[in-house]
Amino acid sequence: MNGKDAISVSGLVKTFGKTRALDGLDLSVRSGEVHGFLGPNGAGKSTTLRVLLGLIRKDSGEARLLGGDPWHDAVALHRRLAYVPGDVTLWPGLTGGEVIDLLGRMRGSLDKGRRADLLECFELDPTKKTRTYSKGNRQKVALVAALASDAELLLLDEPTSGLDPLMEATFRECVEEERRSGRTVLLSSHILSEVEALCDRVTIIREGRAVESGTLADLRHLTRTSIVAELAREPVGLAELSGVHDLHVDGKRVRCQVDAAGLDGLLSHLTPFGVRSLTSQPPTLEDLFLRHYETEAQKAEEVGRAHRAGVAR
Amino acid sequence: MKAFAKAFAKAFAGAFSGTGALVRLILRRDRVVLPLWVLSLSLLPVAIANTMYDLYPTAAERQSYIDIVTSTPTFLALYGHAFGHSLGAITAWRLGGTVLFVGLASLLSVIRHTRAEEEAGRRELLGATALGRQAPLIAALLVTCGANLALGAIAAASLIAYGLPVAGSVAFGLSWAVFGWAFAALAAAVAQMTEGARAARGISIALLGLSLALRMAGDVGQEDEPSWLSWLTPFGWIQHIHLYGEQRWWVFGLFAGVVAVFVSCALALCARRDLGSGLLPTRPGRAEAVGWLRGPLGLAWRLQRGSLIAWTLGFAALGGILGGIAEGGVEVIRDNPKLEVVVGRLGGSSGIADTYFAAIMGLLGLVAAGYAIGAALRLRGEETSGRAEPVLAASVSRQRWAASHLTFAILGAAILLGAAGIAAGLAYGLSTDDVGGDFGRVLSAALVQLPAVWVLVGVSAALFGLLPRLAASVGWAALAACVLIEEFGRPLQLSKGVLDLSPFAHVPKLPADDVLAAPLVWLVLISSVLVAAGLLGLRRRDVPASG
Repeated sequence: MNGKDAISVSGLVKTFGKTRALDGLDLSVRSGEVHGFLGPNGAGKSTTLRVLLGLIRKDSGEARLLGGDPWHDAVALHRRLAYVPGDVTLWPGLTGGEVIDLLGRMRGSLDKGRRADLLECFELDPTKKTRTYSKGNRQKVALVAALASDAELLLLDEPTSGLDPLMEATFRECVEEERRSGRTVLLSSHILSEVEALCDRVTIIREGRAVESGTLADLRHLTRTSIVAELAREPVGLAELSGVHDLHVDGKRVRCQVDAAGLDGLLSHLTPFGVRSLTSQPPTLEDLFLRHYETEAQKAEEVGRAHRAGVAR
Repeated sequence: MKAFAKAFAKAFAGAFSGTGALVRLILRRDRVVLPLWVLSLSLLPVAIANTMYDLYPTAAERQSYIDIVTSTPTFLALYGHAFGHSLGAITAWRLGGTVLFVGLASLLSVIRHTRAEEEAGRRELLGATALGRQAPLIAALLVTCGANLALGAIAAASLIAYGLPVAGSVAFGLSWAVFGWAFAALAAAVAQMTEGARAARGISIALLGLSLALRMAGDVGQEDEPSWLSWLTPFGWIQHIHLYGEQRWWVFGLFAGVVAVFVSCALALCARRDLGSGLLPTRPGRAEAVGWLRGPLGLAWRLQRGSLIAWTLGFAALGGILGGIAEGGVEVIRDNPKLEVVVGRLGGSSGIADTYFAAIMGLLGLVAAGYAIGAALRLRGEETSGRAEPVLAASVSRQRWAASHLTFAILGAAILLGAAGIAAGLAYGLSTDDVGGDFGRVLSAALVQLPAVWVLVGVSAALFGLLPRLAASVGWAALAACVLIEEFGRPLQLSKGVLDLSPFAHVPKLPADDVLAAPLVWLVLISSVLVAAGLLGLRRRDVPASG
């Protein structure tokens, strides 16, 4: 196991009755990185975080957190981390300010100056009882409490759900700042733009298993670039090229997707036909994501649609 | 008149639409709980009638039994004055305090479907559908009042089938039903005023307790008739009907009046206020936490202090009243030459007072157990609501978190019983001019209940750690079983083995009995083992509980 990893999880299994919430999950988060943890609802993101927090017990597999065992060393480890739950419920009779202080003190640290700055940035009124807060404001309470700590690891479970776009931007600035100060962040999310903007590395999970992990550049390499080209003459022989998918030839206009390995071949094939314009779009995280989450049903539907389109043409 | 009708129609236009659908929703959600309390309470009267017949088959036996017991302050406090000695009359008399549970079930049911729903945010979801503003309130009242009507009907039918007079049985069933209505209506009004369901429940239960205390104060120390005090409480009104005797039907008018007033209040408040709000506007609070709010114990104090203070005041008031009326009750029996033999058999006038205090404190012990179980089960509430998660994700061990709320369960019960004992001891001591002698005796009668209360706390704690899903239902069921055993175990002629299941059965009857160390030590030991088992179980399980 890598000593520099803040979090290392391998083969993690957790079942609830007959449901296998985690089914051999692997995850490694290096110290000092912002790691995106992507997956659709119910993929097992929150379950993973709860195992890492020692709230629930793993059935099998390995999980290490900051060099300790998340179940046995929970209390000591929690002094070094801060957590923002996905669904923030607070004590209705306490004010936001009281909850922030309480959580900070129970963790062991709270930077007063930073608390004040964050309250201002997030435009949160700390004197209001939490029963009167909206979902977004409850989220802010948990965020301020976590960000105002001096924890070396932040575990954030869908931290921007309920925040407005302005506050989302504020949150991104805060995470950037955390990265600069060398803190490790595990950011669970299903908001792709957020992960794309913030994360050094990404792990995508599906049905309790990691299906992809690496830097965004690595992951992009694994996927296809979309190409749109206007040519001088009608092309031939494109369909026979390896690595070319979703090919649409409309006279002199070509649209297709191409694997990273096939890019070179495609371009050299196109050049003889006289390239007038060429747009290439790197794969977005969304493409990556969709590739992994397309269900069989969706695939079948797409095939059907393509078929119908072919007949019509 | 026409203008009024028009204004009314305008104010409530469409306010009730969707009530039918909500009634079905409530019935679906309560399909277990509702039949449970309706059936168990409605079949109790015929069971009591049967044991009364077994114990006192002839009119002469019933007459002498009633004459003796209703001259003692203990029985006057517990069941009030009796009017008549027919089998029906003494059955109704013996159940004079039991109707408390009809009121309790009714008020809990109304608050569960009004303010609790609103606080949980589910009311908002429903409010966005084609649902009238008053529909949730009306639906909750309809179901609760319907349940009470069913309860009364079953009780009346079973008593008639047992062979008791028809008119009396109908009046009996009706009196229980309208008693439930009165507290359902009261709870509906209270639920409009507070922001939290917990506060609404607390206030309604306090008013129920006050009603009972007023009835007790109206009975103890009065020779033939209760005093005017008992006209102030629905418990007293049931007495004044003279069930199976005179049958003063007009007394039901008082219930009708109370129900009308409280329901109108509730509807008027509900029509004016914003969803989610109470009567008082929310004030801003502290921007920063005070110094002591820094760990789970501080948090538990912050969460529980309000209810602990209110309960303590309630116990002190109750203790003061019950202690204050004791001497008057003893005087009545002492001054009655006809009862000289009885007084002698009961251990003289000090023996009568001792029996009274043992009975009263046993009752308060059960109530204190209710507080303590509620305080312990806060743990489960914190867990299911997700509020335990941020605490346990901080540097707080599970044991420390659990211990924080259990501290309030264990020490809170001691504070309550202490407050009641001190107030009762002072009030009684002042009335006998012997504070030095009586104070300690009465206080000891209160505090001796503690180990039994702690056993019930232990049951809740053990369930929370080992079988968390059952913690709330079985925890409360354990208390209900103790109440049943303590209040009806002997008249229902339950076997000794069953009677001994209640921890309260092992509490020495202070102040008359000697303090027996052995049972108390056993009770403390059992409760410690239960709490330890709960903490160990909590250490091993998932939070929130899974599977």
